[in-house]
Amino acid sequence: MASPPKVLVRGAGVAGLVSAVTLALRGAKVTLIESGPKVGSGASWMAGGMLTPWCEAESAPAEVTERSVDSLGWWQANVHDVQANGSLVLAPPRDTAEIARFGRRTSHFETIGPDEIARLEPDLQGRFAKALFFPTEGHLDPREALPALARRLVALGGTLLTDTLAPPDESFDWDVDCTGLNARANLSHLRGVRGEMILLRCPDVTLHRPVRLLHPRIPIYIVPRRNHLFMVGATMIESENDGPMTLRSMSELLNAAWVLHPGFAEAEILDMGTGLRPSYPDNMPLVTQEGRHIFVNGMYRHGYLLSPWLAQQVEHIVFA
Amino acid sequence: MLFYGTPLTSPLMLGTAQYPSPEILASAVREAQAGVITVSLRRESAGQKAGQAFWSLIRELNVPVLPNTAGCHTVKEAVTTAHMAREVFETDWIKLEVIGDSDTLQPDVFGLVEAARILSEDGFKVFPYTTEDLVVAERLLAAGCEVLMPWGAPIGSGRGLNNVFGLRALRAHFPDVPLVVDAGIGVPSHAAQAMELGYDAVLINTAVAKAGDPALMARAFRLAVEAGKAAFEADPMEARDMAAPSTPLLGRPMLA
Repeated sequence: MASPPKVLVRGAGVAGLVSAVTLALRGAKVTLIESGPKVGSGASWMAGGMLTPWCEAESAPAEVTERSVDSLGWWQANVHDVQANGSLVLAPPRDTAEIARFGRRTSHFETIGPDEIARLEPDLQGRFAKALFFPTEGHLDPREALPALARRLVALGGTLLTDTLAPPDESFDWDVDCTGLNARANLSHLRGVRGEMILLRCPDVTLHRPVRLLHPRIPIYIVPRRNHLFMVGATMIESENDGPMTLRSMSELLNAAWVLHPGFAEAEILDMGTGLRPSYPDNMPLVTQEGRHIFVNGMYRHGYLLSPWLAQQVEHIVFA
Repeated sequence: MLFYGTPLTSPLMLGTAQYPSPEILASAVREAQAGVITVSLRRESAGQKAGQAFWSLIRELNVPVLPNTAGCHTVKEAVTTAHMAREVFETDWIKLEVIGDSDTLQPDVFGLVEAARILSEDGFKVFPYTTEDLVVAERLLAAGCEVLMPWGAPIGSGRGLNNVFGLRALRAHFPDVPLVVDAGIGVPSHAAQAMELGYDAVLINTAVAKAGDPALMARAFRLAVEAGKAAFEADPMEARDMAAPSTPLLGRPMLA
């Protein structure tokens, strides 16, 4: 039997970690190097972690949904604490027309009224008349899931080197580049799309699933995490400025939380983050190969949803 | 009609915001055969030219660019944004928006006239987003504008031409000024109606960008604009209250 392939993976964001674990599960000898001090030093750390393939059909190509219906299963198999409670889509009273539009473009949901909303999310009782409930969707906390994947890689016999730019030696059969915008010198037409997020702690409000709040200009989502934490995101700005959050973006995000539940007025603001989503012109990710070099890039805002599918493509190349 | 001495290849102006992806935006611009595309300059993007990657995709479309000052609420903000836009896009065209109310996004016409004067004196060719008010229109022309862009309805509302009488009066009052209906157009019939009134162009963004199939909707708007323009040039009949049979009934043979 041939010896297992030696694979170097560059970049310990979601694409790199999922690729590394997928290859290690298949028996490859994987070394994952990360230029930052820890896993998730880039955009992946700022993500919402929503595993909502059916909701994405509202604005993403059908392929995003098709390629991500199995990703909730992948995450559940490889990481603890992946929630599968579905997701909710709501709108403030004067924007309820947006719910109809969202429903026309998506599938696998139930249209529910105030009683069912209150049953699913008791804290939202009496606040919204109509919602879409996507029962087969889920969510995870990227700040728990990425370190968990790193531990899984090591348990599978892989190596993780942080603060490392260059590979330890030149003996690798494959070089898998998952470095996002850092790979742009090799990948034409890659651009960054700015996103901003806020992390809140709010013991007064309990939610069990991600909630999208529709608004014609600024759709915003709130994802519950453990210990009364909530991630509120995310702006989408065609800019590669990754500087601090603006007051406008912050107002939009915080207002959305407040509209969802006035209890958020008492929330503590724990973190504000800005990230650049690596994106191709069609906002779809791509696995490309040049000799023994493989590039996984262009995750846009679908890193957690589409990484399992992309890692499968990498696996097919390496084990062809 | 010339826009600051330049003819448009098509009376359809297309905004570039809110599309699902730059690639879909590009296909919409192609299907629309847009004469002009507008680009909004957000402050986050202008600093250090951080929006360069997106702007270079816009430039690759090879359609004249009309930068705008979307989201500006004060004269100072709008003037600053116009200067940044001139530098970034290397054009002295500017679509001037000074928003007066953040709920309806209706223009602050007082600030608009002031900003239009400042920018015109500074060599800009200003395309002001205004209401259908005749007196404001006069002031904008006096401030140096050679194009007027009255709204049909509030931005993004898709409610069509709310005040057809006012828009018709504006056309009649300024037969030689290029007029563009900007904002509020929701479906192609609204655009056709604006062209039937004799308007020189329409500006569409949300109606195309937020459609389920933006490229197909862009094509629908192109056809509607073409139909409306042809109808205006063909001199449509006057509406009347009573039926007027197109064939005389008298002496008609009984075939049944």
